Amino acid sequence: MDFDTMTALEAAEKIKQRQISTTDLVKQVFDQIEKKEGKVHAYLDLYKKDAFARAKEVQKGIEEGRYRGPLAGIPIAVKDNICVKGKKTTCASKILGNFVPQYNAEVIHRILDAGMILIGKTNMDEFAMGSTTETSAYGPTKNPWNLSHVPGGSSGGSCAAVAAGEAWLALGSDTGGSIRQPSSFCGVTGIKPTYGTVSRYGLVAYASSLDQIGPVGKDTADCAALLEILSGKDEKDGTSLNRRDTGFSEELSDTVMGVKFGVPLEYLSEGLSEPVKKAFMDAIKLLTAHGAIVDFFSMKTTEYVIPAYYIIACAEASSNLERFDGVKYGFRARDYEGLHDMYKKTRTEGFGEEVKRRILLGSFVLSAGYYDAYYLKALRTKALIKKEFDQAFSDYDILLAPAAPYTAPRIGESLKDPLSMYLGDIYTVAVNLCGLPGITVPCALDVKGLPVGIQMIGNCFQEKKILRAASAFEKFRGAFPRPEMGGACL
Amino acid sequence: MKTYETVIGLEVHVELATKTKIFCGCSTAFGGAPNTHTCPVCTGMPGSLPVLNKQVVEYALKAGVAANCKIHRYCKFDRKNYFYPDNPQNYQISQLYLPICYEGSVEIETSAGKRKVRIHEMHMEEDAGKLIHDEWEDCSLVDYNRSGVPLIEIVSEPDMRSAEEVIAYLEKLRFMMQYLGISDCKLQEGSMRADVNLSVREAGTKELGTRTEMKNLNSFKAIARAIEGERERQIELLEEGKPVIQETRRWDDNKEYSYAMRSKEDAKDYRYFPDPDIPPVHISDEWIRRIREEQPQLREEKMDWYQKKLGLSSYDAGILTESRHLAELFEEVSALYGDPKKTANWFMGEVLRLVKDKGMEPEEVRFTPSHMAELLRMVDKKEVSPQNARKVFEEIFQKDINPVLYIEENGLKIIEDVKILTDTLQKVLEENPGPLEELLSGKEKVFGFFVGQMMRELKGKASPEAVRKALAEEIAKRKSETVPMD
Repeated sequence: MDFDTMTALEAAEKIKQRQISTTDLVKQVFDQIEKKEGKVHAYLDLYKKDAFARAKEVQKGIEEGRYRGPLAGIPIAVKDNICVKGKKTTCASKILGNFVPQYNAEVIHRILDAGMILIGKTNMDEFAMGSTTETSAYGPTKNPWNLSHVPGGSSGGSCAAVAAGEAWLALGSDTGGSIRQPSSFCGVTGIKPTYGTVSRYGLVAYASSLDQIGPVGKDTADCAALLEILSGKDEKDGTSLNRRDTGFSEELSDTVMGVKFGVPLEYLSEGLSEPVKKAFMDAIKLLTAHGAIVDFFSMKTTEYVIPAYYIIACAEASSNLERFDGVKYGFRARDYEGLHDMYKKTRTEGFGEEVKRRILLGSFVLSAGYYDAYYLKALRTKALIKKEFDQAFSDYDILLAPAAPYTAPRIGESLKDPLSMYLGDIYTVAVNLCGLPGITVPCALDVKGLPVGIQMIGNCFQEKKILRAASAFEKFRGAFPRPEMGGACL
Repeated sequence: MKTYETVIGLEVHVELATKTKIFCGCSTAFGGAPNTHTCPVCTGMPGSLPVLNKQVVEYALKAGVAANCKIHRYCKFDRKNYFYPDNPQNYQISQLYLPICYEGSVEIETSAGKRKVRIHEMHMEEDAGKLIHDEWEDCSLVDYNRSGVPLIEIVSEPDMRSAEEVIAYLEKLRFMMQYLGISDCKLQEGSMRADVNLSVREAGTKELGTRTEMKNLNSFKAIARAIEGERERQIELLEEGKPVIQETRRWDDNKEYSYAMRSKEDAKDYRYFPDPDIPPVHISDEWIRRIREEQPQLREEKMDWYQKKLGLSSYDAGILTESRHLAELFEEVSALYGDPKKTANWFMGEVLRLVKDKGMEPEEVRFTPSHMAELLRMVDKKEVSPQNARKVFEEIFQKDINPVLYIEENGLKIIEDVKILTDTLQKVLEENPGPLEELLSGKEKVFGFFVGQMMRELKGKASPEAVRKALAEEIAKRKSETVPMD
C-alpha cells in the first residue's frame, strides 16, 4: 500500500473498511521515524510503546462503534508547547527540561476523544520564539527537502514531521506565522484559525492575545477535518468562542469561479525574493485561469505590522514567561545565594538568547515612562491595521499573500541577524494581530527544489471560504511532490 | 508652638466570601492542609488559564453600589508584574486602568461629628499564597490555598483626620460588607486588611505633606496605635527641620514602632498592562439596576428605623444591629410578637447574655422566631413566670424547643387555682409560727420572706402578684381576728 500519497482521511477510511488496522498505521509511522528521524530531528519525545497500546484500544473502539470520527485511528504529532498529561512538555527550553504536566491541554482531550493516536512531541523554536526552529535548546530540526536548510518555525518540528512522512497530521501553534511559514518551507498545509476558535487551555503561552493552535497536514481536507475536531467553546479558556459554524470539512469545493481575491501591492515590493514572487504570481494566474477575480490594492499599514507585532508579542511574553522562575517546577540553577540570585541565575541559565531578547524587549516597552510611547502606540497601530483589513474584506472574499519573502534559508543563516529574521514575518503577523484565519497551501518548488506556499487569508469566522478556495487550488495545482530527503546530511 | 493636622487615606483589602476562587473552581475555605485547595490555574502551571468568576463581579458591584460609586460599564483586568514566590505566575491579576467602581463616598460619624469619606476606587484582584519560613530546615515553603481568593481593594481619598475617624471608616466598611453578605471582614483571619497612608501638615495649610504608607496592621487597636505613632514621628521630623521620606513602613505592634521597608526611589515598576487572557467585562444598566433593587437594608437604615418606627433607644438600636443576622432575628420575633421594645429588652438581656456565655458568634444563633414570640406572649398572659420564662428561653436558644409543649410537659404553667394557693398559704404560715408572729405584730419586712416561701413551694408556677394579694388578705383577716378584747 502506498502510504506516501495516501491522506489521513483516506487512511482512516481504510481502517473503517478493515483494509488496514490502526496498528499497521502506527507501525508504518514509526518505521518512517526510524528511517528519517536521525536526519530530520523533528521530535523531542516519542511515545512508541504507548502508541502501539493505544492503537489496539482505538482499533477496538472503532470496531465497537465508540470512535466514529473521520480521523479515528490516525497517528498525530503534537508541538512541545502543548501539555500532555504525564509527558514532558519542554517548549524546547532548558528551563522546562524536566517539566511534566499533570493535565491535558483541551486539544489533547479532543484528539483523544476523536480516536487519534499520540506519537510524540515535536521540536520548535524555544517558547515558539523564532522562525527557523534553530532557537530550540535541543538542536535544530532540518528541512526534509534539503537537510542543510531550516524547516521554518516555530512549528518546524510539526511541519517537518508531516513533510517527511514521520506523522500523518500534527498540531502546531501560530502566534505570528508559526504554522503558516514552516508549512510553506516544508511543502505541507497548515491552518491558523480565527482567534478563539481553538481552546488555548494547556498551550504554554507565548503571546496570549495572538496564540492559536492549528492543524498541519498533507492537504486541506486533512487539516479541515482536524480543525473541526479541535474547534469549540471551552469553559477553561475565557477567550474561546462558541462557534456553530465549525463543520469545516463539509463544504470543500473544486471551484473558485467568481471568488474575489485581493493582493496587497506592498506584499510584492522590494523584500520579496524572485523565486517566491514567481511562484506566487504563477499561483495567481492559475486561480484566474479557473475563473477567480484577482485585484491588487494598497495596504498602507503594512510597514507598521512588524513593529506593532513585536511590541505586543514581546510585552505579553515578558509577563507570560515570568512564572518560569525555578520555584515551583522546571529547571533551577545549581548554585545561588538567596531568592533573587536564584531567580537571576535560573533564568539566565534556563532561557536561550532569543527568549531573553524578547523578554527584555517586552519588559522595556511595558516599563513606566515607555508604556504610552511603545505598548499603547502598538495597540493603537493594531486597531488601524484591523480597520484596514476590515475595509479590504468589504471589497474581497479572500486576501492572497506569500507566507514568507523567501524559501527556507540555510541553517545558521538567520540567527546572525535577528532583525532581518523578524522582517521575514511581514506576511504572516497581521493575521494574528487581527485575529484572522489563514491557510498555507504548497504551490511550487523553487530552482533549488525548496517548496513555496501560498497564503489565503479570510475575514474572522470565514474559515470555510478559505478552505473552499484552498481545496480548489489543490485540484488546479495537481499532486504536490514529496521530499526525497536530499541535500547535505549534517 | 505649631499645631499640626494629620491627613489619612486608606487602602482596604476585603476578601470576598465567594465559594470558589476568582479565576478557578477551587474552594476559598479558610484553613485546609497546605496546597489542598489548588489546581493548575491557581498554582500558575504552564498553559493554565484564568476564567473570571462572575460572582466576584456581582459582589464588587454590590459594594460599589452601596458606597455610592460610579461603575465602569466596560471594565478590564490588568497584570501587575513582580517576582515573589507567594505569587505563582509572578504577576497578580488586578485592575489598574479601568477599576470596576470609582468616585464613591461613605459617611462616618465620630465625636467630631459627621464626615464624608470619598472613595477613589474599588477594584477586583486575586490574593497571593502564603510563605512559611522553616528556620530549622533553612528553607521556605509556600501554601497556595489563598492564591486566587478574590479581593476587592477599596482606596479612599485622604479625607480622614484622626485615628477615631479611621476606625469609624473601617467599622463602616465592615458593617457594609457584612450587611451586603459579601465578606465576613475578620481582621484576625486577614479577610479585611488596611494599609494606612498618612501625612501631617501645619494646621491651616492647604498643601499635603509627604506621606508614608504603613503595612502589617491587623487589628483596630494596632491601626489606632500606628496612626498615633506615625503622626508623632512625622511631627518630630518636621520640628527638627528634617524631611519626611516617602516610603513604605512596616508597623511592629509589639514595639509600637514602624520600620522603613522601601522608599519611593526603589519603588517597583510593576509594568501593568491589560491581561490578554481575560476578556473585558461589560456591565449592563440592567445588572446595576438589579443590584440596586436587591440591596438589603444597611445598618444605618436599620438603626434609624429602630429608633423612629420601633421606638428603641439609639444605644439598643446600635447593639442590635451589630450583627445583621441577629437584627433580622429580632425583627422577625418583634413582628410576630408585636411589641418591639419588649422584644429588644429580651434580646439585649437574654439573647446577648447567652451568646456571650456560650462563646458563640452572633451569626451562629439559630432558633425559630415564633418560639420566642410565643414565650413572650405566655409571659404577658401570666401563663409562665418571668423567672421560668428565662429558663425556657435558654432551651429555645440551645435546642429550639416549642415553649408551649415544653412548659406543659415540665409543669411550668402558672397556677391560677385559688384552692391550691390558699392551701399552700395555710401550710407555709403553719410551718413558720415565729415569722408569722412577727408579721402579725406589724413587722412588715417579714412579708417578703413569706412570698419567697410561697414561690418556692409552688415551684415558681404562681404569679408573684397573686401570691402577694392572697398573703395580704390572709394577714389582714388574721389581724382582725386576733384583736384583743378589752
